[in-house]
Amino acid sequence: MTLKSMIAAAAFAALAGGAQADVKVGMITTLSGGGAGLGLDVRDGFLLALKQSGRDDIEMIIEDDQQKPDVAVQIADRMIQAEDVDVLTGIIWSNLAMAVVPGAVAQGKIYLSPNAGPSALAGKGCHPNYFNVAWQNDNLHEAAGAYANSAGYTNSFILAPNYPAGQDALTGYKRFYEGELSGEVYTKLGQTDYAAEIAQIRASGADSVFFFLPGGMGISFLKQYADSGVDIPLIGPAFSFDQGILQAVGDAALGVVNTSQWAKDLDNPANAAFVESFEAEYGRLPSLYASQGFDTGNLMISALDKAEVSDVEGFRAALKAADFASTRGDFAFGPNNHPIQDIYVREVIKEGDIYTNKTIGVAIENHADAYAAECGM
Amino acid sequence: MSSILLIEQALNGLQFGVMLFLMAAGLTLIFGVMGLINLAHGSLFMIGAFAAATVAAATGSFLLALAASLAAAAVAGVIVEVVVIRRLYDRDHLDQVLATFALILIFSEGTRWVFGSFPLFLDRPDWLSGSVMLPFGIRYSLYRLAIILVGLAVAAALFLMISRTRIGIQIRAGENDREMIGALGVNISLLYTLVFALGAALAGFAGALIGAIQSVQVGMGEPVLILAFVVIVIGGIGSIKGAFIGSILVGMTDTLGRSLLPALFGLFMDPAAATSVGASLASMSIYILMAGVLLFRPKGLFGGT
Amino acid sequence: MRRETILNFSLLGLLFLFPLWAWVADEPFLITLATRAVIFAIAGVGLNLALGFGGLVSFGHALFFGLGGYAMGILAHHAQTYVPMFTWPFVIEGTTSMPIIWLTAIAVSALVALGVGALSLRTSGVYFIMITLAFAQMFYYFAISWSAYGGEDGLSIYVRNEFPGLNTMDPIQFYAICYVILLVMLFFVFRLSRSSFGLMLGAARQNEDRVQALGQVPYRMYLTAFVISGAITGLAGALFADLNRFVSPVMFDWHTSGEIMIFVILGGVGRVLGPVAGAALFILLEHSLGGVSDYWHIYLGAILLGVVLFARGGLFGLIAGREVAHD
Repeated sequence: MTLKSMIAAAAFAALAGGAQADVKVGMITTLSGGGAGLGLDVRDGFLLALKQSGRDDIEMIIEDDQQKPDVAVQIADRMIQAEDVDVLTGIIWSNLAMAVVPGAVAQGKIYLSPNAGPSALAGKGCHPNYFNVAWQNDNLHEAAGAYANSAGYTNSFILAPNYPAGQDALTGYKRFYEGELSGEVYTKLGQTDYAAEIAQIRASGADSVFFFLPGGMGISFLKQYADSGVDIPLIGPAFSFDQGILQAVGDAALGVVNTSQWAKDLDNPANAAFVESFEAEYGRLPSLYASQGFDTGNLMISALDKAEVSDVEGFRAALKAADFASTRGDFAFGPNNHPIQDIYVREVIKEGDIYTNKTIGVAIENHADAYAAECGM
Repeated sequence: MSSILLIEQALNGLQFGVMLFLMAAGLTLIFGVMGLINLAHGSLFMIGAFAAATVAAATGSFLLALAASLAAAAVAGVIVEVVVIRRLYDRDHLDQVLATFALILIFSEGTRWVFGSFPLFLDRPDWLSGSVMLPFGIRYSLYRLAIILVGLAVAAALFLMISRTRIGIQIRAGENDREMIGALGVNISLLYTLVFALGAALAGFAGALIGAIQSVQVGMGEPVLILAFVVIVIGGIGSIKGAFIGSILVGMTDTLGRSLLPALFGLFMDPAAATSVGASLASMSIYILMAGVLLFRPKGLFGGT
Repeated sequence: MRRETILNFSLLGLLFLFPLWAWVADEPFLITLATRAVIFAIAGVGLNLALGFGGLVSFGHALFFGLGGYAMGILAHHAQTYVPMFTWPFVIEGTTSMPIIWLTAIAVSALVALGVGALSLRTSGVYFIMITLAFAQMFYYFAISWSAYGGEDGLSIYVRNEFPGLNTMDPIQFYAICYVILLVMLFFVFRLSRSSFGLMLGAARQNEDRVQALGQVPYRMYLTAFVISGAITGLAGALFADLNRFVSPVMFDWHTSGEIMIFVILGGVGRVLGPVAGAALFILLEHSLGGVSDYWHIYLGAILLGVVLFARGGLFGLIAGREVAHD
């Protein structure tokens, strides 16, 4: 039986050629199926960070989890048991993270999350080996609630799919939003037709609509919402307005306000360099997920520069210091190893032929998550 | 809930049902004539949408895109029929399920290989954008109205074709007695390929119509495929009439269930729990409908005896 | 010895020796992989009873696989959090004991299989395929939205459940448990297929009327086969959840039903050890193709298609000839 291990980019293998790899990094991410776009972006961002660091002692093992929890667990088992990796990263989806992370950190591995941030891992289930470099799942929704207040909305209609991340989204929005609710609707996960919900929105008399519908669901909703002619302003987290899917939504997304911890036009040198080099390397604009992959890679490298990965205490302290130039400006870890960061408000615009986001303000400054107090770390 | 909203939701249910019919009609024809379960029907839906998106991006014409969806899905259908499906007609359902399941894997990953992992853009044409005023002060999306009308027209054309034309007679004969039409000198192999291509073209057409207001992405056919199966099982497999009634029933149940059930539970539960329980039950409603129909009519509503 | 018998024993021998070798060579991951194959094999053995021997093409066996998984997840979750499952009318605590979890998984799956089977068996052919699919989908959507047990996120169990006298976290010991269960199930199915019930079931599959004329009720025989089939697949689900220390609604997904079906067909429908060969081959393919290309599903699909079209009777058909022993 051949032990397949896909060694990242060919350039890497060449770089690592002579030197004995000192650090092994296992990346479990989604590279096939409908959700592959997110995994590809995280991977490419991460690899770009590694390439720019010029280090030749990092071996990457990248595997496709097919967006299936049991496959992810299987890969994690192999990376831990057979390949003896030092650091794990890459998982996109909360349900896969919940399947892999608790076991991995219990076996002494470091896990750096480039995307998923389920509340269970931020609160009671927090762990000194687990670092979230993206956000706690509720963060962007909370920021949307805060933005709704500042925009003067007092009567929101809110909707999300009926699954834990969807329930967290509405809870997160309500945690910060101070006005009334004109309606609260849960849709079926993977639903493709939103005519019934849009009719309810039209009849509700709301002054704003908050929705969390990741991936294809968001594309469908936005197109149908624009088609319906309902003109109540929309607010959403960045996931439905990402670089990878905006082109598929087209005009229907123009002018929609969304919340994100990162934007292409954030004014800091690290970000400017990242956007330029990503485009040069891969020939496409970076997405939110690419920026998270890039930050995760740079965080890891910053810690490797300070401490040996075998020195667990030292390496963890170096990670916790978060001493790297983040593409999103200021970045620090809270007591539960989750980010404390600004969350911005963006608006979808058209630049030439390309749909993209423009930063129009800050929704919340130095925002931490609501679960840190439950973390007994 | 006001009666205007209720009528609007009923229209939405009708539109959803008509769209399902385009998928279900092909499935049920293929099963009725050739006795084949085709799980890859959803892939043909996807191919139609991708072809339409590509052509629309290149030419900017929605009508050309629709034509492309019909052509691409029909061509894909013919290729699949000649290369694979043909060998499955005299196999049992088990082999058919598995072989067409394998086709789904090939089509999905193949599409991703060609078009990449990101969704494509496809929009309704400008001349169908906006909304219209219907009687009783109902404002309704022009595009959705167009889908209803086109779908009904296709349904009518199918009925006419089956009941009035020569090929329709052959199809009906094929459903009743396969050996007999061969004996009568009909080129069965050609007839089967034609029926398969027709079913595929309808699925591709549905993919393009729906792709304009949905996400054009890999795997988009699967949810629709399962719904279409529910439809033809409720209607009775092989019956176009059954597929039509089944489509409307499923479309209405799903749409009205989603909008009415949470409100219904709200009458005796606290709002948050009612929203959640109602939504859960709504997502199961069509399967409950299907199980219920089969309990009383094990061969569906129009499935013969 | 007949070639099928030789194949049977070499398969079982391989599944005994390979993990042992992996253990000696200190390759714990290969043991985990073999465990996965064995558990899938058990699920396939369950389905094969309905599909191969009874001719019942169930496209909803993910339902029982998932039920078994959730039986494990829910019991262990309550034990882990020290919250009783029920306090009224009497207290039921969670548990981390594997035997109790297995019995629960079997009982729950059998019970649901009885209900689903009683309704579904009123139909036949394509209708049966689709109604079993519909029942599995119902549970899928229910599990996704059932937030008390994690909904779509699923439930994580941090430590594998316990079996008296063994350390289940040790891969080889957990493998031993699964292997023994597989042997027991195979023996059970083998005996069942040779019993008067099994012979009658095979006869009913081929000619219902004749069996009816013998004074038997095919419906009851199908139902019995379906219930046993569901129970075995449920047990496999409980083991699978323990292997991953995790359970999620994906276990109820219709792709899972398709995969269990693939194990049976790849190996050879109606052969006692068919699903074992099929599951082992599937794991091997998944493992080796995954390294070839990002688009490995294309190859997997092509191979499956090839088996269905040109290698009727699956692996067993290829190696041991077309003859099925019980026909």
